[in-house]
Formats: sequence, structure tokens, C-alpha cells
Amino acid sequence: MTETSPVQVLTTEVPRAIAVDSGAGASLALAKYRLSLWLKSPRPYLMLIGFAGFLGFWYLSVEVWKLPRFSQMPGPTEVLHEWFSKDPTYGLSIFIPEYYMHIWVSTRRIAIAFFLATVIGVPFGLFLGWSERFKQFVFPVFEFLRPVPPLAWVPLAIVMFRGSETPVIFLTFLASFYATALNTMLGVESIDVSYVRAANCLGATRWQVFRHVIVPGAMPFIFTGLQISVGVAWFSLVAGEMVSGQYGLGYVINTSYTMVRYPTIIIGMATLGLVGYVTSAAVRLVGDYLMQWRTRELALGGDR
Amino acid sequence: MSVEPAVMASRSAVAQPVRQGGVRINDVVKIYGAKDTGLLAVDHCTFEVPPGEITVCVGPSGCGKTTLLNAIAGFHSITSGSIYLDDEMLCGPGKLKAQPGPDRIVVFQNGALFPWKTNIENVTFGPIMQGVMPRAEADDKARAMMADAGLRGIEHNYPGEISSGVRRRVEIVRALMNNPKILLLDEPYRALDSLTKSVMHEALLEIFYKNRVSIFFITHDLEEAIFLGHKVVIMTTRPCRPKKILDIDIPHPRDYSVLTTKRFREFMEETVAAVHEEAIKAFAAGEKER
Amino acid sequence: MVAAARAISGKLTGFVAGDDFWRGVVAIAAFLIFWEAGSRSHAWFGFSFPWVSQVPAPTAVLQAMFRLVQEPSFWNSTFLSTLRVFEGFFAAMLIGIPLGLAMAVSRTFFGISFPVFEVLRPIPPLAWVPASIIFWPTQELSIAFVTFLGAFFTIVINVIGGARAIDVRYFQAARSMGSSTWDIFRRIILPGTLPSIVVGATVGVGITWAVVVAAEMISGGGSAGSMGGAAGGGLGFFIWNSYVGGSYTQIVAGMISIGIAGYASSAALRKIGNLMTPWLSEN
Repeated sequence: MTETSPVQVLTTEVPRAIAVDSGAGASLALAKYRLSLWLKSPRPYLMLIGFAGFLGFWYLSVEVWKLPRFSQMPGPTEVLHEWFSKDPTYGLSIFIPEYYMHIWVSTRRIAIAFFLATVIGVPFGLFLGWSERFKQFVFPVFEFLRPVPPLAWVPLAIVMFRGSETPVIFLTFLASFYATALNTMLGVESIDVSYVRAANCLGATRWQVFRHVIVPGAMPFIFTGLQISVGVAWFSLVAGEMVSGQYGLGYVINTSYTMVRYPTIIIGMATLGLVGYVTSAAVRLVGDYLMQWRTRELALGGDR
Repeated sequence: MSVEPAVMASRSAVAQPVRQGGVRINDVVKIYGAKDTGLLAVDHCTFEVPPGEITVCVGPSGCGKTTLLNAIAGFHSITSGSIYLDDEMLCGPGKLKAQPGPDRIVVFQNGALFPWKTNIENVTFGPIMQGVMPRAEADDKARAMMADAGLRGIEHNYPGEISSGVRRRVEIVRALMNNPKILLLDEPYRALDSLTKSVMHEALLEIFYKNRVSIFFITHDLEEAIFLGHKVVIMTTRPCRPKKILDIDIPHPRDYSVLTTKRFREFMEETVAAVHEEAIKAFAAGEKER
Repeated sequence: MVAAARAISGKLTGFVAGDDFWRGVVAIAAFLIFWEAGSRSHAWFGFSFPWVSQVPAPTAVLQAMFRLVQEPSFWNSTFLSTLRVFEGFFAAMLIGIPLGLAMAVSRTFFGISFPVFEVLRPIPPLAWVPASIIFWPTQELSIAFVTFLGAFFTIVINVIGGARAIDVRYFQAARSMGSSTWDIFRRIILPGTLPSIVVGATVGVGITWAVVVAAEMISGGGSAGSMGGAAGGGLGFFIWNSYVGGSYTQIVAGMISIGIAGYASSAALRKIGNLMTPWLSEN
């Protein structure tokens, strides 16, 4: 895709000469170059207009015009003031250790669930895609269970696992697991048969084909799956924390509602969005690092 | 057929005039699906790929040439008949599917360099997987062979970073690393433009003169076939069977000046009608371009 | 994404007809037997399997289902949930498709709105539940809003992606044949984006089911329940209520009903999608 689509060009065009060079110095130069391109494009200014419009509407409708319904919502200045206050009215701000404890508890649950889902889901998906026999026997069961949304497992999870921690982690795991396993399987199935044949020609054994062709070949899909997986993990975690569970950002949002600490609800939501974004960016970075062949190919605009 | 002695010496392991890598295709039939209702792809096909020569198979797209190649390589079974590599039966009665192996290496239509391995990792893939060479030795050999093929400086790039023409050359070097008895090339230059193609043809011939490996080459481009081949086998459209077998007596080594010679034109004239006829049949049969 | 979803749907149709079908039946039967044995392990083997022993046996669940399908209140719950799913889903389509198209067509509009969109997107829909209850006057509207959010982001992302992936040559061909900008929008961008709209809708309806169920549980059963009241039923409320009442077979029966309803919705959408994009079907 070197041609410019009239519909949209999102990514900054990277000139070939710069992209080919690698190494620390070159990547710094590249980052600088990208930044200067970005600043010269209209994008940062449009973005400012967008955020100004969003925050302005929120501010005016809630705090100035006090429109019906809107006036019950916490306004942006109220939320910001609370969020960055040393002595918050409702007890939660960036200066309060409890705030970080909630973040830590949620992140820890995500980390455990995501780790388990990856460690189990990736090999599971690889075998599903690789072995016809395994898929014929296992995939139907997988598909049989999958239509039940992980969130519908909430009560059953509470029944199955005692305590309040394990059910929440189980729900989060379940959502992640489906996304990871399914995408990994599709990744294996997307591998061009020529690669497997080429490896066979070159004398690779079945195990070597798996290790050197199937695993790296499925990698792009695996990481797409992992990105989705982090997203749905947060999605389920919040539900789990809101229904059962103590501590965590979902819990903050829910209790702030029942205890009528409305600005704290928004702080919880914003924090969730922020932490969620950071985790999925981390997964993307790891993916880019592991698949340099792909990043470098894409930077060249790949002529295939 | 003159081969430069200096090159002979440097490639001594491969370039000795050993007459091996001949393939005999014996009355091969391939039916996809059930025997009576299935699709007949190859119909009692018999011909020979002589050792140490380039044999080119020409036919319209989808005629079943690739089926034949896949049978030799061991990707598909045959329905009946037999295929021999020198004196070894690859497939035949009692063993309808050959075992793929590094004695017959395929270069694929769309290229199959592993995009996740650097070029040199691709080239050393065969020996390292087979465990016949330690990594350091394989690296040295790969570097030497790549330099020899004019591929110096791209060892640590990924295949996605080099042009498709260069990728094909890397792929051929990857095959040659294993000292194959025969190279099976499945329309390797199909996706290239004609200028790049002409460069690739000369490069392939150069590799052939240095290594003297037998080559079985599939194409639908008649000019390419006559330029490269010692022998050109023109195939009928599906079901596929040899329609005409030509010995191209234009002396080797060849270069692109051959294209303008009278002898070359004569071969073209002799065969173009036959190929065109099959192309029309194939078109009428509505074969989908792959 | 389009190719992947199509691959799945194609695979499923081939699956039922093929040899694989019987292997699948064997596998599911084995799974059910394991489940049955696991949940009755205490009675049958004298010791309890971990976790599985807490789950009611499939035969017991089946009995519960038989009982349930005869009760009008169960059907009422199913109807309520389905209604909520489609309310939110249609609202998301109605707003998401034009918004996504506008973002894809106008670079300026995209530059203004996409960053805001991207900042809001990582917030899980369910985190909006309390805010939604505060803002909307009725319980029903607040659930519908959260449901809407669930499908909205997916649909917009798919529409933008689909419109951007349209081959440039189509625009060039249309221009050279004298098309106006409106023609290009109507005859190329709209149909060109349709396949990804279908994919977005199919994925979106799945998310919608998850969100409805959870929203019903949270507003009806969670600690917010004391404020929100009983959320007027729904399958999510039904399973939460079964949990509170201790009838575990009903929980599983409710889960199965949700699974069936969700699967049916996705299948229906896929079917409609295939009818709307006949040029994509093979042969």
C-alpha cells in the first residue's frame, strides 16, 4: 500500500532511506523526524480542537448552563479539582495511597488472568490450528461453551470458586482465553502452505516445522489476539469487580455510586481508561519488539 | 558446454560432473477426489528430466503442471504410475506419496522465504535443521554462497526489506545450500516484470553453470522456456500430458543475445501454435487463474 | 478481520455437513459425561472433583430447563433482554455507521473526533453503568445506553477500517467514468464498507449480549441494586436472582439460554449480512 488513498491516510509516511537504517541513533533521528512531521501536519491542532470541544461541552452543559439531567453529573473542573486535590472531598485523589492500591489490585488481577490466558491459550490455539485431529475433537467443545458470554459466568464463578478473588480472576481469564486461543488458531490457519512445504523440503522435522514456521508465522495473529485479550480482560474485570470483589477500580466506581461520591466515579472511569490504554500499548510494544521482521517490512511499505 | 575451471574448483563438492538428479516420470495419473467422479489432473504422463540439464515444462495456467511438480516434491500423492529420482523410486505402486526431502528442493511461485528469519537465517535453515553442519560452518558457507550469487550486504536484512527479484535469488541459494540433486522451480518469476525477469534468467543460468544441478522448471512463458531449457516439454491443458517434446540445441552458455538469433525464432515458431492451441482450450474450459 | 470472520462462518457451515460433525458429537458427549461425573463425583466416587463438583449436573440442568420453558416469566425475561440488546444495538448502528463514514471521508472531522473517541474507547462499557444511571431518567434508558456503548465503538472502528481499505483503483475508475463525489460515496464507499459493517455488527451484537447481561446483574443484583431496583427482569437479573435464591441449576439454565440467544442473534445477523453482500459469497 504505497498509494495514497483518497479516503484517509492515517500513518505518517516514512521515507525509505530513514526506515532502512536501524540502531539507536537512527531510531532517535526517526522519532525526531516523525515528531516534526506530525507537528507540521494539521493533526495536532485538530486534536486540540476535538478535546477542547469535548471538554468545553461537558463544562458548559454541566457547570454553566446547568442543562436538565446534565446538571446532576459531576463537571470537569469538579472532577479535576478532586482528582488532583491533596485533601479530596470524597477521599480519592492522586495524593491518596488508597488510589494506587485500587489500581494495583486491578492491575494485578489483570496480570494474573492475562498471564494464565496467554500461557494456556496460545499453545491451545497453536495445537488447534496445527493438528486436524485435535481440532476435530476439541474445537466443538470450545464452540459449545463460547456463546455464553464470560460475564454470564459471574454467579457460577462465585459458586465454583470460594472467596472473592478467584471468581473475578476466573472471569477475566475466561474472556482473555477465548480471544487468545481463537486468534492463535486463525493465525496458524492463515500461514501460507508454501512455508510449511518449503521447510519440509529443507529437511525440517514435524517439530522443527512447528517451532520455526508455525509459531513465528502465527505471531502477528497471536499479538492481535493478545491486544483484544487485554481489552476484554478489563471489560470482564470491571463487571466482576462491580458485582463481587473488594478493592479494584470497578469496585471504586460502584461504591462511589452507592455512597453518592459522584466525582470519584469519573475519576475511576478515567483511571480505568488510562490504565487500560497503557496495558494494551505495552502488549503492542512487546509485539513490535518480537516481530521486527514485520515492523521493518511495514516501514518499507512492503511490495507484496 | 563450457564451464569455467576456476568456478569448478571453488564449487568442487557440487560441481563435479556427476550425472545425477535425473527424474523419470512414468505413466503418472493424478485424479483429485474419487477415482470415477474426480477431477483428472494428470493423464498418463511420461517423460524424463535428464540429469544435469534444465527441463522446462510449458502449459497454460492450471493445466496440472504444478500437480506433477508437487508429486515429485512429495506434497501430493499420485493415483497411479511411478516417479524415479535416479534409481530411487520416489513414489509408485505401494507408496503413492513421496517423502519431501532436501534432495529435491522447490522454489515456489510466490516465494517462500520465511519472512520472520533474516536472509542468512533462511539460507542456513536447511543444514541447521538437518543437523549436518554446525551453525558457524553453515554461516560461513552461506556467506560465501550469497557473495558468489551477488547477494553480499543483505545477509542480516529480512526478506521483506529486499526486492522480489533479490528474494528469488536468496531462495535459490537457500536451496543450493543443501546440495540438492534437482531443483524444482514452480513459475518462480511469474510475478516479476519482464525486465527483472531477463536479469533473473541470466542469473539462474549462471548458477546452473556453476553448480550443474538438474533443474525442473515450470512456466507458462514460452520464450522463458526456450531460453532456459535444454529440453522443453509442452503440456496439454487439463488433463495434462506431454503434447510435444523439443530438444533445444542452442549451445550453452547462453545469454540474452540468444533471443535474437534465427534458431531461437525457429523454435518459437515451431511451438507457439501448439501452446496457443492449448491456451485457447484452457480459456474455453474456464480455468480460473490462480 | 473480514476474512477471519468469513473463514469462521464458512467453516461452521461446512462443519455440520462433513465427517467432522460426528467427531464433534463424540467430543461434546464426552464433555457432558465428564461434567455429569464431575458434579456427581461426591455421590459416585466418594470424593469431590475440584470446582466441577460445585456445578450442577447437566441432567439436573436439563430438568430445570424443561421446567423453565413452561414458565411465562422466563420467556418474559428472555424477551426483555433481547429487546434491550436490539435497542442498544440499533442505536449503535444508527449513530455509529454515519459517524464512522464521516470520519473515514473527512480528514478534518477525523482529526477532530478520532482522538476523543480513542480516549473514551478504553473505558470498559460497564464502567459507565453508574454514570449512566445518574444521567438517564429511567433504569431502562440507562441499560440501553450502556448496551449502546458496547456495540458503538466496535461498529465505528470497523466502518472506518472498512472504508479505508477500499481499493484506490475503484475511486480512480469511478472518477474516470465521470462520477460525482456523491456517486462515489453512494456507489463505492457505502457498498465497499458494507462487509466490514456486517463484521462489526456481528461482533457488536455479541458484546451487546455480554453487556446487557452484566448490566442487568449490576443494576439488579450488585450492590447498586439497592438504588436501582430490580431492573425489571431480564436474563442477567434472572441468573443473579437464581444465585441469590440458591437454585444453582437455574443459573446454568439461564447461562445456556443466554448462550443460545446470543448465538441466534449473531447467526441471524450473519445471515442478513450474507444476503446484503451477495458478491462476497464464493461461486
